[in-house]
Amino acid sequence: MSATTDQAVSATTKTLAAAAPVAGRRPRWTRGRIAMLALASVLALVWVLPLLYALATSLKPMGEEVETPLTWIGSTLTLDAYDKVWAAGDIPRWMFNTAYISVMTTLLTVVLCAMAAYGFARTDFKGRKVLYGLVLAGIMVPPQVLMAPLFAEMTALGLVDTYWGVILPQVAVPAMVFILVKFFEGVPRELEEAAFCDGAGRWRVFWTIVMPLSRPVLAAVAIFTFISTWNNFLWPFLVTTDPNGMTLPVGLVNVQSTYGVRYSQVMASLVIAGLPLLIVFALFQRQIVRGVAHTGLAGQ
Amino acid sequence: MTATAPATPSAAAAPPADSAPAARGIRRPWTEHGLTFTAPFLLMYALFLLWPVVLGLKMSLGDDNITGSGGEFVGFDNYAEALTDPGMWDALWNTVWFTVLSTVPLVLCGLVFALLAHGLRFVDWLWRLSWFAPFLLPSGIVGLLWLWIIYPAEFGFADQLLATFGLEPGIGWLSDERYAMLSIVGTTVWWTVGFNFLLYLAALQSIPQHLYEAAELDGATAWQRLRHVTLPMLRRTTLVVVVLQLLASLKVFDQIYIMTQGGPDDATRPILLYVYQEGFTGYRIGYASAVSYIFFALIVLVSLVQLRLARRSREENSR
Repeated sequence: MSATTDQAVSATTKTLAAAAPVAGRRPRWTRGRIAMLALASVLALVWVLPLLYALATSLKPMGEEVETPLTWIGSTLTLDAYDKVWAAGDIPRWMFNTAYISVMTTLLTVVLCAMAAYGFARTDFKGRKVLYGLVLAGIMVPPQVLMAPLFAEMTALGLVDTYWGVILPQVAVPAMVFILVKFFEGVPRELEEAAFCDGAGRWRVFWTIVMPLSRPVLAAVAIFTFISTWNNFLWPFLVTTDPNGMTLPVGLVNVQSTYGVRYSQVMASLVIAGLPLLIVFALFQRQIVRGVAHTGLAGQ
Repeated sequence: MTATAPATPSAAAAPPADSAPAARGIRRPWTEHGLTFTAPFLLMYALFLLWPVVLGLKMSLGDDNITGSGGEFVGFDNYAEALTDPGMWDALWNTVWFTVLSTVPLVLCGLVFALLAHGLRFVDWLWRLSWFAPFLLPSGIVGLLWLWIIYPAEFGFADQLLATFGLEPGIGWLSDERYAMLSIVGTTVWWTVGFNFLLYLAALQSIPQHLYEAAELDGATAWQRLRHVTLPMLRRTTLVVVVLQLLASLKVFDQIYIMTQGGPDDATRPILLYVYQEGFTGYRIGYASAVSYIFFALIVLVSLVQLRLARRSREENSR
C-alpha cells in the first residue's frame, strides 16, 4: 500500500518538475511528459464530467432522469426538456434581463472606471490625492456587507425591481480604477503631448490615443466584469421580487424553491445559460490569458 | 480619428523635450478637465458605496426596519448583542472554516493546473477550456447542478459512482453535518478554480525565457528548474492569488443558500447568510447591520495584513 503511495507521490513530483518549460521548442514525449499528460487528462475529465452529465440529463425523456441504475443516454435522445423550458416563457425573458444588465453594467463600469483612472493618473487638480486615497480605501469594502443599507437606499430611491436598481450599485469598482491607473501611468506621455501640440483636446486624446492603446487591459477588465455580472446572485436576488425582472440565476433558483425541480429541464436551462459565455471564452481564450497578464493582477 | 492619426508617428520623431514646454506654455493640458474625467465615477462611488457605508453605520446604531427609517437610536446595543450571540459566532466560525478549507485546494489546484497546462504545450485550448469552463456558469446553476449530482439519494450520480467502486452509497452529502461543508467546498473548488488557474497561467507565460536557458546551461534538471526558477518567480502571484481567494471565500453565500440554506442544523451557515436571515427575513435590519460591520472589520484586518506582507516582499525584492 505504502509502496504504491510512494510511487504515486514520486510520479507527481516528477510530473510537476517536468512542468518547467524549455525555451521555444515543444518538449519531446519523455516518460515524465507522458505522466503529466495522463494526470492532466484525468483532472480535465473530473472537471468536464459534471458538465457532460448535465448535458446527458437534459437530453433524456421526462421522468427517465431519476431512474436507477443510472444511464448516460435515455431510451431516446430528445429535445423535449428544451422545448418545455423555452415554452414556459420565463427563461428567454430572464436571459434577456441578464444579458441587458450585464452589457449595460460592463459598458458603464469600463467607461466610468477608465475615465476616472485617466483623471487620477494624468491630470492634476485640487484634491486629487485625497480623492484617490478615498477610492483606494474602497477596495476593502465588499459590496456584500452593504446589502442592508443599499437595499434601504434603493427603496428610498424607488429603484427596487428596476434594471437600474441592479446595475447602478455595481458600476463603481475601486479595484478596477486602481488596475487602470497603474496601467495608464506606464503609457509614455510623449504620445499625448504630441497630440496636444497638434491641437487635440483632452477628450480626443483620451478616446483616440489612450483608450485604443489600452485595448488588451480593457478587454480583460471588461470580460471579468461581464462574467461576474452575468453570474451575480446576491444583489439581483435581493433587489428583484417581480419574476419579470429577474436575472437567470435568480429566476431559476426561485422556480426551484416554489415548484420543485424537474431536473431534465433545469439541466436544459443550465446548458442554455452556460453556452453563450462558453462560446465567447472558447473563441477568445488566448486573448483573455494575455489580457490577464496586462492587468498586473498576476503579480508580475 | 483622422486628425490625430498623424500625431502618433510625430511623437516618435520629435524630441519630447521640445514639445512639452511649448504645449504647457500655451495651454497647460495636463491640468485640464481633471474633475470632468473623475466626476461621473466619484458620483456613483459616493452614492452607492460611501453613502451606504455611512447609512449602514447609522442603521447599526438603531433598531430600524427594512426601509431604514423610523428606528430609534440604541447606541451600541446591537453590537453588544451580536458579540454575545452564539448564532453570530457560529456563523463567523463557519465562514472562517470554509475559507480555510477552500483556499488551500483552490490555490494549490490553480497552481498545479497552470503548471500542467503550461508545461505540456499540447492541446492548450483543451486544458484552458475544461478547467475554466465551470467559472463561466452562474452560481445558482452550479448549485443546482451539484444538488443534482450529490443530493438525490440512490439515483444521484455521486451515490451511484460510489456504488460502482463498491463503496457504501447513501452517505448524507448535504444532510450529514460531517460532510455538508466538505460538499460545499468541493462544489466551490470545481466552480472557481479556473480563475486562479488563469492568473497562474498568465504569470507563467511572463517568466522570461532566458532564466530557463541559463538554468539549462548550468545543467539544472527539470525538477531544479521548477524549484529554483519557476516557483520563486511565482511568489508575488501566489500572494495575490491567496489574498483574492481569502477575500472571495469569506464572502461565500450563493452556493450555500442554494444547496443547504445553511443547514443541517446551521452547520454550513456563513456570516452573510446570517445577515440575510436576520435582516431580510427577520426584519431586524439594525442588528443585521451591526453583524455586517463586525464582518467588515474582519475583512479590513485581512486586507491590512496583506498590505503589510506585500510591502515586506517588495522591500525584499529591492534589496
